[in-house]
Amino acid sequence: MKMVNLTINGMKVTVPEGSTILQAAREANIDIPTLCYLKDINEIGACRMCVVEIKGSPKLNAACVFPVAEGMEVITNSRRVFDARKINLQLLLSNHRRECLSCVRSGSCELQKLCRDYGVDDESIFDGLKTPSSIDDSATHMIRDNSKCILCRRCTAVCDHIQDAAVIGVNKRGFDTHIGSAFDAPLSTVACVSCGQCIVACPTGALQEKDDTDKVWAALSDPEKRVVVQTAPSIRATLGECFNMPIGTNVEGKMVAALRRLGFDDVFDTDLSADLTIVEEANELVERIKTGGTLPLITSCSPGWINYCEHYYPEFIDNLSTCKSPQQMFGALTKSWYAEKLGIDPKNIFMVSIMPCTAKKYECKREEQSVNGVPDVDVALTTRELGRMIERAGIDFANLPDEKFDDPLGISTGAAVIFGATGGVMEAALRTAAEWITGDPNAPVEFTDVRGTDAVKERTYKVGDLTLNVAVTSGLKNAKEVLESIKRGEKNYHFIEVMACPGGCVNGGGQPLQPASVRNNVDLKAMRAKALYSQDSDMAMRKSHDNPILKEIYDSYLEKPGSHKAHELLHTHYTQKSRFSGE
Amino acid sequence: MSCKTCETAVIGTAEQDKKLRESIAALQGDHSLVQILQAAQEIYGYLPQEVINVIASELHVSAEKVYSVATFYSQFSFNPKGKYAISVCLGTACYVKGAGEIYDKIKEKLGVEDGGCTPDGKFSLDACRCVGACGLAPVFSINDNVYGKVTPDQIDGILEKCE
Repeated sequence: MKMVNLTINGMKVTVPEGSTILQAAREANIDIPTLCYLKDINEIGACRMCVVEIKGSPKLNAACVFPVAEGMEVITNSRRVFDARKINLQLLLSNHRRECLSCVRSGSCELQKLCRDYGVDDESIFDGLKTPSSIDDSATHMIRDNSKCILCRRCTAVCDHIQDAAVIGVNKRGFDTHIGSAFDAPLSTVACVSCGQCIVACPTGALQEKDDTDKVWAALSDPEKRVVVQTAPSIRATLGECFNMPIGTNVEGKMVAALRRLGFDDVFDTDLSADLTIVEEANELVERIKTGGTLPLITSCSPGWINYCEHYYPEFIDNLSTCKSPQQMFGALTKSWYAEKLGIDPKNIFMVSIMPCTAKKYECKREEQSVNGVPDVDVALTTRELGRMIERAGIDFANLPDEKFDDPLGISTGAAVIFGATGGVMEAALRTAAEWITGDPNAPVEFTDVRGTDAVKERTYKVGDLTLNVAVTSGLKNAKEVLESIKRGEKNYHFIEVMACPGGCVNGGGQPLQPASVRNNVDLKAMRAKALYSQDSDMAMRKSHDNPILKEIYDSYLEKPGSHKAHELLHTHYTQKSRFSGE
Repeated sequence: MSCKTCETAVIGTAEQDKKLRESIAALQGDHSLVQILQAAQEIYGYLPQEVINVIASELHVSAEKVYSVATFYSQFSFNPKGKYAISVCLGTACYVKGAGEIYDKIKEKLGVEDGGCTPDGKFSLDACRCVGACGLAPVFSINDNVYGKVTPDQIDGILEKCE
């Protein structure tokens, strides 16, 4: 690799040819501020926050897109640079609804931080007419408030380049420029997959999840309700970030303690129904292979992926596993088996799930995700919403003791924990399939080559007499490539894991927000996933079918995987939808 | 990623639909979206949602991507034109001579916004820039007829003559 020598603020730096000034500065431990730039997602040099001086160049240049050259002399901290950045911020504020006191992003807003850093102390200096806008709260999962949008285009870039939906884009031009959908239709009426990746990309309060915490507070104070909570596998690896703990800290024990202190009657673990999903799905895979059913079987845990398949690739609906997602299975089980065990009416159980995901809000409202008119899950909260509840309750999270999940639905295996990372569902399924097919309890546990964040991971496993071709992918654009390769007849898989969000649930649209200054410099997905794999390797039980509670539930209630009762409670169906509308 | 509904549904008249699909097929290629939009507007007089959807479907992009490009250019309209297309000049000369009041008066009388069309399809209203008749300011036109030196109180009479 050819290296290039340059100086930044007089300090010598050597970086690979083709690096940008922004990257070179990072090597020299200098953070150049950015607003529109998001590594690998949005590299358009539009916001001009990252302008720097280059000796010999009369104008300021955008560091995020300007390539380094031999002998280049860059200044990032001159008065001229600071003044230019400050004026940029003042101009952005002139068209920004400044309700920072009550904004959900107060404290995590990238615009707010830069204004502080650059001493923008007169927010009204360029006040005047603002671009007319209205709030779009039509969707189940999120709210758009364009009065706080700075037109950085991070949301539209992720929707298009990463998730292949492109249901939002830049409409009109000049002063009227705004982000919206075709014909400025409300988000609920276009083929949005609800993944929420736009929210985690947004630097300001223009995009946020629909806050459902009030419904949960109300249930918690209702003496008639038994309020049961389940936490998705990935939450323990990310919740700590809401309390400024290092990325990748596993806070399972403190999370359980906090939920108990918030007043939940039962603190359970979605990991249990992740185990259940594996048992049902492995059974479905074996059945389909044996009986010549539709292959490849494609996982159905990720509701963003389900939405994408229904809207954009309905020809693959028959390939989707009929298994409900772990969130829904958990709700169904709680309101049937557990309700019967307690002897209470399922209608009096209020099921709350803590999810890394905004699409889960949509999923739990789907009509078919209920049994006898009782929804499996009443409210799905994102990790961020739980973080806010804990803060409001005044719980000193970092100093909580580590506590254990409640019995009986808090017991799970290492196979379930890794569901939160891309490749986790595949590995968990392979652990069970390997033992079932060979009958060997010492069959391998670790399938490390389906781990990691490569766009598409393809593997072939010999399990007994069977040769199993599998693929793992995350990010919907990558999923599209896999589906297209199947359509072209180039690939012949038996089983595919698809997660809508790149890297899987650890990088879900409901996860704690990290600013571009972090996302551009560390591998967030890998750091969070590491916490899950490390917990898995420390666990005694690492195969889903070994979960003793599952054995009890099957023996006393569901009979066996794929039984009539299991289908009634734990399986679902999908519907073809339009790629031009929400229906 | 194509859309079955768009492949089969007929947009507008059979003749319009045929022309649209032929134009897309003929122009399809890199950087041809604006030409396709121009052709579509030529055929339909404006760009209705169904037409945007067909273009998106044929080009394998989202409807928003097509709409985004179309809204960047002032030449594209998303509303049908009325039987009587009214165009009020808001250029500098007309504006200082009171074209703003003429425009507001017509808006109020017809109950439509800029670019809008009355529900019965009779009138549509657009603001335009200089039509080159500054000596007659303020000026507006209905289809090919130009009305000069108009005052707000003449509007009712002029519109009533439109049958």
